[in-house]
Amino acid sequence: MDSLGRIAVHPRPTTTAAGRRDLTRSRRLSAFLTRTLRTRGAGFGLVVVAVVLLLALGADLIAPYSPYERQQTGVLAAPSPVHWLGTDQLARDVLSRIIYGTRTSVQAGVVSVGFALIAGVFMGLLAGYYRGWVDEVLMLLADALWSFPTLVLALAIAASLGPGLTNAMLAIGIVFTPVFTRLVRGQTLSVRERDFVMAARAIGARPGRVMLRHIWPNVTAPIIVQASLLVASAIVVEAALSFLGLGIEPPAPSWGSMLKGGYQYMQQALWLSVAPGVAIFVTVLAFNLLGDGLRQALDPRLWRQGES
Amino acid sequence: MTEYVLRRIAYFVAVLFVVTLVTFSVALLLPGDPALAYIGEANMRDKTMYETMRKELGLDQAIPVQYAKWLGRALRGDLGRSIRTREPALEGLLARFPVTLHLTAMAMVVALLIAVPVGILSAVRPNSNADRAGTVLAMSGVAVPDFWLGIMLIYAFSVWLKVLPPSGYVPLSQGLWPSLLSMVLPALSLGMAFSALVMRQLRSSLIEVLQQEYVLAARAKGLPESRVVGRHALKNALIPVVTVVGLQTGRLFGGAVVVETIFALPGLGRLAADSIFFRDFPMLQGVVLILALAVLLANLLTDLLYAFLDPRIRYG
Repeated sequence: MDSLGRIAVHPRPTTTAAGRRDLTRSRRLSAFLTRTLRTRGAGFGLVVVAVVLLLALGADLIAPYSPYERQQTGVLAAPSPVHWLGTDQLARDVLSRIIYGTRTSVQAGVVSVGFALIAGVFMGLLAGYYRGWVDEVLMLLADALWSFPTLVLALAIAASLGPGLTNAMLAIGIVFTPVFTRLVRGQTLSVRERDFVMAARAIGARPGRVMLRHIWPNVTAPIIVQASLLVASAIVVEAALSFLGLGIEPPAPSWGSMLKGGYQYMQQALWLSVAPGVAIFVTVLAFNLLGDGLRQALDPRLWRQGES
Repeated sequence: MTEYVLRRIAYFVAVLFVVTLVTFSVALLLPGDPALAYIGEANMRDKTMYETMRKELGLDQAIPVQYAKWLGRALRGDLGRSIRTREPALEGLLARFPVTLHLTAMAMVVALLIAVPVGILSAVRPNSNADRAGTVLAMSGVAVPDFWLGIMLIYAFSVWLKVLPPSGYVPLSQGLWPSLLSMVLPALSLGMAFSALVMRQLRSSLIEVLQQEYVLAARAKGLPESRVVGRHALKNALIPVVTVVGLQTGRLFGGAVVVETIFALPGLGRLAADSIFFRDFPMLQGVVLILALAVLLANLLTDLLYAFLDPRIRYG
């Protein structure tokens, strides 16, 4: 079993060492994928996440209309074969705006969690490796940031920085940083006592090298799981910020701002409130299910439960 | 135990200090000049008035001095004056706090009323159809955004069925029933995710406890299953649930911002959203500080309660 808790599958003998490595890697990957998909719902999660990523990347090719263009059918037109999800209060095609909104949500989820991950891993490695006052100061900061209700702090930071997607992503990233800090610190504390880390330090490896080459690869598994779960949360927080007018600025399409604009027309055009909500719900559900699958696959203690 | 409690309280104070630093910095970064906001657009060109206001607000001093003065005043209960209403910020906050407290408490009650029976049913019959339905409910509950659930509930119960009011707040003083009716939909939208988390936690901890030997002993004695689960297993299974409930309180306060906005409830969350819109930075600072304090207190109480419930910490 390797550091990620994956089972090493013995390869068939091949002629070259490189060939052997490739075969082992692909078999490990397929074993890992099988294990992930064995969790109930993880397959659904993986497929939906793949579709969401595809929509985000290929919105220009996939969306039937421009997300900004006024349609001839007029405002608040009901769903029809021409406009599958109808048109909104400004006569724009709702389906196209949902598809382009995928881009905003994916961007918000990935970039903000990426920021939190980099900042949190850096802080967590330092705190866990050096311990002492470095640990105390960093954990105090992490605990203080974590004691603000997520949305309230994100709201306050986004308000300070001003509306816009970049600022919203930065705000969400700051709010989620303590999650990774705590996680990485805990892992680092246990890994730093293991023999191979002691050996690396004994032969004179610098702290930076010990942290990045020896500790980091051993703490990645729970981080991958946490990241996929946090992407789901980040999508919801971005939608909430947009709903409150602090996310991406109109007329750019975002699921949160579509809900904001649509729910005032609830009585005449329910689809304006249903479509973006379902999009958020399904995407968040998919990331959560995938995260659960990854957790089962990466944690050997959960293997038997996952198979039940 | 005493040493643990004292250590925990000291840490609470330290974290609270950093919380005040963060709150002060966030307000400092808010765009716009507070002095200009106070004197209003009509007096914008009056240089003397502007300078007097800057001095009065202490904006001419160094930032660390400003922070020290702000902290000193905050400790005495003076959080400044609202730019929008001119009332002392603390008064405005205290007037709104009961609404948010009412909402979060109701959300918690609604959540537990759903989570506890479903969690127990799922754990007692794992992998049954009831358990599968419970899992689907829990997964959906975690994934559904509270603000969207609120909009859908308004449509279903207020627009379509016309059985519950779509928005507005009726305080408890105006009658229990109308007050309850006005809070059902907001509490359900806010509490759904919370309920799902409690459900999952209760299911997994109860399944674990039901496999313990003392449960086997209780069954061997011939106790009815309801008594084995209700009296013996549930008591221990609830310990981790208490932690989840305590730690998720912050999430409820955060969710209150959007839920209060949708249901037009005059609580702290709505106040935060309005303060940002009107650039009312003393009020925003106050809301953020009070909500963080509430979360910190909830976490502190959870830890102390946990220590009390778990003898390994109590005597450790």
